[in-house]
Amino acid sequence: MSKPSKVLVIGSGPIVIGQAAEFDYAGTQACKALREEGVTTVLVNSNPATIMTDEGIADIVYIEPLTVEAVARVIERERPDGLLPTLGGQTGLNLAVDLAKAGVLEKFSVRLLGTSLETIQKAEDRELFRQMLLEIGEPMPRNTTVTSLEEARKVAVEIGIPLVVRPAYTLGGMGGGIVRTMEELESVVMGGLRASPIHQVLLEQCLLGWKEIEYEVMRDAADNCITVCNMENIDPMGVHTGDSIVVAPSQTLSDKEYQMLRSASLKIIRALGIEGGCNIQFALEPGPVVAEAVNYKKASAEHAPYYVIEVNPRVSRSSALASKATGYPIARVAAKIAVGKRLDEIPNAVTKKTVAAFEPALDYCVVKIPRWPFDKFATGERSIGVQMKATGEVMAIDRSFEAAFQKAVRSLELGGKSILWEDKSWNFNGNSTPVNLPLEPNDLRLWAVLAALRRGAESEEISRRTGIDPWFVRKFQNITEMEKRLLKEPLTPALLLQAKRLGFSDEQIGTLADKLPEQVRELRKRWGIRPVYKMVDTCAAEFAAATPYFYSTYEVENEAEFLEHSKALVIGSGPIRIGQGIEFDYCSVHAAWALHSEGVKSIMVNSNPETVSTDFDTSDRLYFEPLDEESVRDILENEESGSGGANVPPSVVQFGGQTAINLSQPLGRSSFPILGSSAEAIDIASDRHRFEDFLSRLGIPQPPGSGITSVEEALKVADLIGYPVLVRPSYVLGGRAMEIVHNATELIRYLSLAVEVGSGRPVLIDKYMEGREVEVDAICDGGRVLIPGIMEHIERAGVHSGDSMAVYPGLTLTREEAATIVEYTVRIGIALGVKGLMNVQYVIMSNGGENISPVEGVRASSVYVLEVNPRASRTVPFLSKVTGVPMVRVATKVMLGKSLEEQGYEGGLWKASNLVGIKAPVFSMSKLSGVDTYLGPEMKSTGEVMGIDYSFGPALAKALLAAGMTLSSKAAILLSIADRDKAEAAAIIRKLATNGHNLYATEGTAAMVEAMGFKAVSVSKVGQSHPNVVEVILDGTVDAVVNTFTGGGAPLRDGFEIRRAAAEKRIPCFTSLDTARAAVESLITGPHSYSVNPLREYLAGSQEQR
Amino acid sequence: MPKKATLVLEDGSTYEGESFGAEASAYGEVVFNTSMTGYQEILTDPSYAGQIVVPTYPIIGNYGINSRDFESKRIRVRGFVVREHCSEPSHWLSERTIDGFLASQEVPGISGVDTRAITRRLRSVGVMMGLITTAESKEEALLRIKELPRYDNVDFVAGVSTSTPYEWERPLIAGVEKPLCRIVAIDCGLKYNILRILRSRGCAVTVVPATASAEEVLSMNPDGVVLSPGPGDPALLDYMISKVKALVGKKPVMGICLGHQLLAWAFGGRTFKLKFGHRGGNHPVRDIATGRVHKTAQNHGYAVDPESLPSDVEVSHINLNDGTVEGLRHRSLPILSIQYHSEASPGPMDNVYLFDRFLDMVKEK
Repeated sequence: MSKPSKVLVIGSGPIVIGQAAEFDYAGTQACKALREEGVTTVLVNSNPATIMTDEGIADIVYIEPLTVEAVARVIERERPDGLLPTLGGQTGLNLAVDLAKAGVLEKFSVRLLGTSLETIQKAEDRELFRQMLLEIGEPMPRNTTVTSLEEARKVAVEIGIPLVVRPAYTLGGMGGGIVRTMEELESVVMGGLRASPIHQVLLEQCLLGWKEIEYEVMRDAADNCITVCNMENIDPMGVHTGDSIVVAPSQTLSDKEYQMLRSASLKIIRALGIEGGCNIQFALEPGPVVAEAVNYKKASAEHAPYYVIEVNPRVSRSSALASKATGYPIARVAAKIAVGKRLDEIPNAVTKKTVAAFEPALDYCVVKIPRWPFDKFATGERSIGVQMKATGEVMAIDRSFEAAFQKAVRSLELGGKSILWEDKSWNFNGNSTPVNLPLEPNDLRLWAVLAALRRGAESEEISRRTGIDPWFVRKFQNITEMEKRLLKEPLTPALLLQAKRLGFSDEQIGTLADKLPEQVRELRKRWGIRPVYKMVDTCAAEFAAATPYFYSTYEVENEAEFLEHSKALVIGSGPIRIGQGIEFDYCSVHAAWALHSEGVKSIMVNSNPETVSTDFDTSDRLYFEPLDEESVRDILENEESGSGGANVPPSVVQFGGQTAINLSQPLGRSSFPILGSSAEAIDIASDRHRFEDFLSRLGIPQPPGSGITSVEEALKVADLIGYPVLVRPSYVLGGRAMEIVHNATELIRYLSLAVEVGSGRPVLIDKYMEGREVEVDAICDGGRVLIPGIMEHIERAGVHSGDSMAVYPGLTLTREEAATIVEYTVRIGIALGVKGLMNVQYVIMSNGGENISPVEGVRASSVYVLEVNPRASRTVPFLSKVTGVPMVRVATKVMLGKSLEEQGYEGGLWKASNLVGIKAPVFSMSKLSGVDTYLGPEMKSTGEVMGIDYSFGPALAKALLAAGMTLSSKAAILLSIADRDKAEAAAIIRKLATNGHNLYATEGTAAMVEAMGFKAVSVSKVGQSHPNVVEVILDGTVDAVVNTFTGGGAPLRDGFEIRRAAAEKRIPCFTSLDTARAAVESLITGPHSYSVNPLREYLAGSQEQR
Repeated sequence: MPKKATLVLEDGSTYEGESFGAEASAYGEVVFNTSMTGYQEILTDPSYAGQIVVPTYPIIGNYGINSRDFESKRIRVRGFVVREHCSEPSHWLSERTIDGFLASQEVPGISGVDTRAITRRLRSVGVMMGLITTAESKEEALLRIKELPRYDNVDFVAGVSTSTPYEWERPLIAGVEKPLCRIVAIDCGLKYNILRILRSRGCAVTVVPATASAEEVLSMNPDGVVLSPGPGDPALLDYMISKVKALVGKKPVMGICLGHQLLAWAFGGRTFKLKFGHRGGNHPVRDIATGRVHKTAQNHGYAVDPESLPSDVEVSHINLNDGTVEGLRHRSLPILSIQYHSEASPGPMDNVYLFDRFLDMVKEK
């Protein structure tokens, strides 16, 4: 097969649970690898917050919806001869299959590279997969579908009990479960058959408690195969691998078992005929302790010692983890194989001496822990199982399991939740027994296991209850044993060193040994106990490696001698979580590149294996470490050249989100230099009182409000400024625990439930202004302020900016409003002494209609500052893309002392492009049962997409399309509008009705629709007659929902049920009338003939007209 | 508290740790192995006779010691150097800890040392003589290292070979079971997995001592002869080389590792010592005839010098990491000669097919 000359790469779209930044990493690596091979790359993705969509990664970049139509147009225009379907996650793979099925690939003679359509189908179609495994003699767990109890009984005898019962086509697998006896089987199967609309259930061999083992496998066209890495899930079968704590390499497998599964992996990749990489998951029989608990008899005739569970015929989250765990660049090698290279023709980019046809040898232990969103979604269902719920993950490396595990826990950045954390409820009667701890799979299990061990639980008892192999539990026990020693014994050098070798942080040691963290640090210094840094080199030191990728450990030899030259440390953003997503990795990567291009060595520190920033060739040096004060200070001291800290590299804290900016204060206190805006400037912006003073000195208005520490004070303040008010804790990330409160009762409830008043930290109460929200990102060099663009939100203030649709340029802004915004931004930037990036959020209130006293009565409207963040914001990648201003690069150069003028930029507002870019949020609500989906001040989205076009209509249509919020012209719509929104909703309802949509409505709303002279089917509440609101959603009667929040935090059950049903059914559910209005407008003015152009062309076109 | 122990290398570098296994002193050539699993197989592999082994993987002993994974009767390494050993293993088959296993066979270990630092030292300086000690000072240890015989000058084969011939596992039941063929394996330090694989393919397998003469071997009327792996410098083994000369051409011969080096010598070739050897389960080898790359298990400190080979012997396999010889082919004689371990154990099972290839050779004869 000849090498293709032009290849289309499909990205994975927005970040959602199950598909995060790992595909930006994979796509970026692949595009770079293809360019090295002289192949022209065309990239299409809908997610602007990605490195892969930057100029310089692919040759031609399209930011377009990932639909067959849009991508077919890209193909028609670009005429690639190859399509690489395996780098964009399941989204990319599915789209490639759809393009093939639609005949697009054949029509334009595009061939699938790496993985053929047949291979994809063999791996994805359960029946074909089973057949293939049968042919090559690999065991798969048995399952059968049945439609009656009699059949079920027969199958149960055949396969054996326990069995998993899965009813077909029920939401969230409702009505299923594990059955252990014939009696249970009968009742669950009966229930399942009833619950299933097609009266069918699947009976599956139950492998609960079996070890879950993964292999990352690669194969080239010459049939050379390797396994890059294997991984062992600490959580056994039954928990999604994305929600499992994972260790690499496997720890409890003998060589015979390791090789047995490795050989099976090679057999499977050969049978599938994959040219590239794949991930294979196995269930391996449990060890004796767990086996006893799950009633498994080893080597009984009806069981194979292992089963093949699943194959992903593409790069995956696990392959990103394996790449970072081993240093072996899977995506890069997969891309090269796809264009015809053999494994032995690809150099090992890490050692530069060996070739890619070898298997990495690790001389350390890697632990990955998922990052779940339950710190934000306290009401969400916290149990974990087959549906992944984590938004991101962290990885840590050390020479012992205990230390890698503890560093990973530190990397989770769960605020006060160190490994010592225990829930208050675990300490009942002062005599807690392990029986009552939540040891079933859930996000708190690791803390519960440690708590149980602290209370004296036997490790085997924990193993029996959790299915976690005793080897791991004993390692946890080593940690709790050391805790006891630190509590009891005097802190000697030997004990301190032992604790550090087990991964205890200075802070934990301090807590246990009754010292301040700083005192522990002092002791360490005095006793010469400091970490050394060892290299991740793919070969366990067998060969000298060229790639500077390091982790800390308490050993003898340090391999990371400080870098010569001027250098700077870029602090990354840690795990992907709601409120701090891939955007900040984007910024960190650009900062590293900008430093490098300015002749400053870039040193990256981050803990997230899914990212481009932790790729081995992104920075001059990479430290894979937790992003806390201790590890950052250790790194800085390790990089100190010259004695006495004469030459500590400065830190860049502006690009790693709240994680990095929060480190500015401790770094400032320790007199470590910070590049760009000072710790002082950062403090002014984040300290409520200082910021208030600052703005009032500048004469710039902000919504009235105050910080309070008692309920009485709160009620007084709220009365003074008037309801509704916006309340939040003073320390927030992504609007956590932020609420709009309409009266005193709600306020008291909020203060007693949502936050702990009296903890010393003030609660902030601000006047809630329901105006138009506008935000700007600006670059300030101390003298000039460059504002690349102004973005206006479609939703009014009150919806978190991360959940709002943002339009560039602000289309409804008057000249005066824009001028005021620019003026304020410039004054704030200069007065604050910002050097680098800054984000300012404004609310614009039209004077007159609103119930507040205008500060500047002469104007038709007033502009208020909501907040100032002296750092890169979520919108920096979006704004960089639509304006063409490389904001992070410019800002980094400013921080290095190159003024805007020297870089050729005038101050003020950058000339608006003649295009419209719209950023739309994307949610993962179908995966988070129990979470209310309404839009409010608390951020809920996991990702974003961008629609770009020459005018508003098509841009909006594309943004909605890419976000999955498009209404079809025949859509039936369920309306359930809160009383206070009814007047405003009338216009939307009128449009829908006159446009011929079938309307369904809850009682009050139906009455209103009828009063307007239109027809609506009145739908009853849950628990009344049929069909009720939830049923019309679940049975597909309606295609979209408009439901506004009745407010008050105590969600009315029906509203909540409606929103959850829509989430699970995955249909659009508009909870803000502003979003609904936009979607309806787009529908009515459509169908839009949007354009499909390279990003470069949109920008060039707009520049011509400048 | 475990006793302090020190590893002293002949270049004077020392590594402090704690004693485990037998509390004794051990002397040998210090080598590293990059396998992540298979410590029991490594400990019992006779090719490590005379050596102190440093696994580069830091957490050793996790699945304990069992009765199935022996590659010879006993521990063969002189000493074992680990970052951490597991005192509470978890596995179905586990019968004892690595600590107890080493102690019971009087082999000392040292744990808690920076094994990566040692590996980097060996990689850059080359393998060295070293001493594990719980009593001696560095100076005393260095003096003793100077006095003791160097690894390169010792014939270790005599010490690991069987003293009497034996039939592997159950002997064939005459008249009931018909063997596919009869293989005689000359034990220079062989690993049981070679015998297990041959037996599982229907061969009757007889093991003879390294001291057995060619006549004795031929008198058993074997269909093929396997020259086993083994420890040390092949140049010291004249008695083996002459024996191999007498066997090639008469019977199909499979030489593995040391056996492969002996074949090279028998054909007039030479071997040389590698700086730090190949020990691990991830070495890529290219089969020159097919172009295919195989992942191999390796354990050798010497390699065949390709320049030294006569014209009727050609290099059939090369190592992709350093280009060294990994296999030989004879233009006319039925020889299968590989430097790596097709029997794996530990390591990838990808090369077991070579035994089938050898048996095909045997059947053709």
